[in-house]
Amino acid sequence: MSKENMLATIRAALKDVPEAETPEDTPVPREYLTSLETSLEDRLELFTERTEDYKVVVQRINQNDIVSRIAACLQARTAKTIVIPIDFPDNWLPEGFSFIKDENLSHQQLDESDGVITGCEVAVAQTGSIALAAGKYQGRRAISLLPDYHLCLVFAEQVVDLVPEAFKKLEPSVQNCKPITFISGPSATSDIELNRVEGVHGPRTLEVLLIE
Amino acid sequence: MKVSLFLTCYHDTLFPEALKATVTVLERLGHTVDVPMQQTCCGQMHFNTGYQIECMPLLDNMLAAFDSAEVVVSPSASCVGMMREYYPYLAEQHGNHEQAQRVESLNAKTFELSEFLVNKLGIEDVGAYYPHRVTFHPTCHSTRMLKIGDAPLKLLRKVRGIDLVELGAKEECCGFGGTFSIKNADTSMAMLSSKIKNIMNTGAEICTAADTSCLMHIGGGLHRLRTGIKTLHLAEILASTEEHAHVS
Amino acid sequence: MSVKLPMFEKTAPENVQNSQLRRNLGKVTGAIRVKRARVVDEMPDWEALRDAGYALKTKVLRNLDTYLLELEASVTRVGGKVHWAQTAEEANKIVTDLVKGHGATEVIKVKSMTTEETRLNDALAASGIKAIETDLAELIIKLANEESSHILVPAIHKNRSEIRELFIRTLGEPDLTDEPADLAGAARRYLRKKFLTVPVGISGANFAVAETGTIAVVESEGNGRMCTTLPKVLITMMGIEKIIPTWQDFEVFMQTLPRSSTAERMNPYNSFWTGVHEADGPQEFHLVLVDNGRTEVLKDEIGRQTLNCIRCSACLNVCPVYERTGGHAYHSVYPGPIGAILTPQLKGIENASSLPYASSLCGACYEVCPVKINIPEVLVHLRGRAVTHKKEHGSFQDKLNPEFIGMQASAKVFANQSRYESAQKMARMGQGIVVKNGYINSLPGYLSGWTAMRDMKALPKESFRDWWRKREGKK
Repeated sequence: MSKENMLATIRAALKDVPEAETPEDTPVPREYLTSLETSLEDRLELFTERTEDYKVVVQRINQNDIVSRIAACLQARTAKTIVIPIDFPDNWLPEGFSFIKDENLSHQQLDESDGVITGCEVAVAQTGSIALAAGKYQGRRAISLLPDYHLCLVFAEQVVDLVPEAFKKLEPSVQNCKPITFISGPSATSDIELNRVEGVHGPRTLEVLLIE
Repeated sequence: MKVSLFLTCYHDTLFPEALKATVTVLERLGHTVDVPMQQTCCGQMHFNTGYQIECMPLLDNMLAAFDSAEVVVSPSASCVGMMREYYPYLAEQHGNHEQAQRVESLNAKTFELSEFLVNKLGIEDVGAYYPHRVTFHPTCHSTRMLKIGDAPLKLLRKVRGIDLVELGAKEECCGFGGTFSIKNADTSMAMLSSKIKNIMNTGAEICTAADTSCLMHIGGGLHRLRTGIKTLHLAEILASTEEHAHVS
Repeated sequence: MSVKLPMFEKTAPENVQNSQLRRNLGKVTGAIRVKRARVVDEMPDWEALRDAGYALKTKVLRNLDTYLLELEASVTRVGGKVHWAQTAEEANKIVTDLVKGHGATEVIKVKSMTTEETRLNDALAASGIKAIETDLAELIIKLANEESSHILVPAIHKNRSEIRELFIRTLGEPDLTDEPADLAGAARRYLRKKFLTVPVGISGANFAVAETGTIAVVESEGNGRMCTTLPKVLITMMGIEKIIPTWQDFEVFMQTLPRSSTAERMNPYNSFWTGVHEADGPQEFHLVLVDNGRTEVLKDEIGRQTLNCIRCSACLNVCPVYERTGGHAYHSVYPGPIGAILTPQLKGIENASSLPYASSLCGACYEVCPVKINIPEVLVHLRGRAVTHKKEHGSFQDKLNPEFIGMQASAKVFANQSRYESAQKMARMGQGIVVKNGYINSLPGYLSGWTAMRDMKALPKESFRDWWRKREGKK
């Protein structure tokens, strides 16, 4: 009932719009930038700089050093119990830590862990953002949310220059109904004197290993 | 060029000096000034207070007054803004197609003074001399509505002897806003007090602008506080020369 | 039914006089303006993004019925259930019934303007359901038992030491410092347990994609992620204007919104969910589409652009009036310039007729608006509607108002050259008694607000046209 009433009210309110008009009749000018011509090096440098602006530690590392760098990161935080997505490769896991695969862990278990390691779907240099889309090495949303420490692996070829490129790359994930989370720095708030401070409900520490 | 002067009612009645100065500047540059006597008020105050139907006879009168003009110039950015921004609205909401067309042709030939000199004629040096410390307030309607940019500043920079000082937070509204200053007098004054503080910080003797209405408000506050700082319309500075110095 | 709001000009002065409020707001808005300008200036295509945002919103509004049906079909296809609500009461009832249906006595909420507007929390409370606000500023407001004063940062009127004092008193955290990180830590401890246990989450929506059924929540703290991920059931309430056509259109709004609101290149978290996801997040999703006066806004061809609003609050942060009066003077969940145009349209011009006048028409709001709402134009348009309403339905007292009489009378005088010139002469003669040393420092009645704090230059002896006639005569 309300549905029919609302639609009828809307149609009556739009009496100035010609009956035959369709959405295609309103042109959308898209003169904004959708790509840039940059070198890989410039792109990675910008991504690093912009991500560090959010007080995130970004380390640029070699593919062969993944294991040792993960170990160094965890050691520095004295993190012991680390959650990993179910498809996370075993050969990237260093010795000496307790890794728990997310085989439907409870929220309580996630909350009690010391941290989480995930990959990402795409990263944006322009804004220093990382997007997770329940894809490869990303896991479900809760695992990168409840632990207080998030170590994210970003591969160089996943980094795009601009926001529009990221949304384009995420299109298949949306079509497959995957949930998507953009992460730009650690949890923060601007609610006290409109000034960004880090650390509220999400992970209070975010670190990035940028892998070339 | 024959320039028809759009007086605006409050300049005509309250601040004729800015108009006389406009005549001086235009004639010095070799233009002929014409004053269509039929003109009265553009209706801005009525319009901005919500009395829209009441503006229609005023709009018709302005259209008739300037129908045959070649180019129309006014020293009031906000009145030109009224014409450019809201006459089309009035014609559409309360008028007819013919009025809309006449409004369009009026707007094609109407300019605020500094906009006319700098953007239309390409003149920055009008031969003025004004040996005083001056600060410039870019009024909201001149910058945000007419988008005249730094046309007034270009003119001021070429004035000989002037000591032009930048106003802090210059783009902030002075708090005038027509009947806003009466309806919401306290808020208006709170805004004015910030503007006055910034003007006083410049150490200027004179605060100038392309809008007398804002200057009336700012000047009224400066006078009440006995700051000794005066307000002067841009045209009056531009009219001043070694031979005919402006005395305030 | 809507109630008449207090007049802005009557309640603004006491806020203008509140020194703590003035200092807090002046400091915060000043800082955010500088920051916003910095992140906008680094975008060479900013104006193009504004143009695209405006066009996309126009496209949606002109075809709103089509898009709502498309959204409903998409959300249903991906496993969500769509509800339609014409009024606030209806929307609240839908949500309350859903919560009751799950036997829940508590819900966790992400900050949502729409649920503020419908006063959902009160409706839930009436059914014995406790709504836990999880946004830090909302929490502050709730603990202080106050009303919001800003769209984005409801507790903007409070500074850090006031918040510290409040938390010490209400959260039992005696050792807090006034460091924002410390204060945020207190909120984290307080809410964590709720996030883990409460079975129903309630959110608003920043955007809903018609094509895919995707809903977006843009936030900073992670409370939005918590509320949309951890509960078993998620209920989202959104205004019908929040639709965007396609997923790709986020490329516009996800650039303009963060830079305009918190002056960041990107805010910390954006959550996008598309229905129900297997083994990830809530397994039941409801979307409540709310009208509650929006179709009244849609009806007005000039006012319609108000519905472009993406609630960024840039217009509040640059507004010189808001900076001095604060949000409470507007008596609405939507304060500032956008509130001054939205509230009278949602609640009826007769109930909020003073709000369109709460502006000096400086245009700073329009300049920063990421979806190009011409706020000054809508303000003067609504002033026109307010006067028309007064003419048609005003009381006898309304019509005795000096402005009401004066405006109509002066317009008649000004419409004609000879009447105008006679009036000039009479004004010159009439001012004699009030002029002192070339200035007027006290005007009577309606005009007294002017001379309360400013002097007025007296009328000169001769009008310009008199001078001109003389000069031409001599030629």
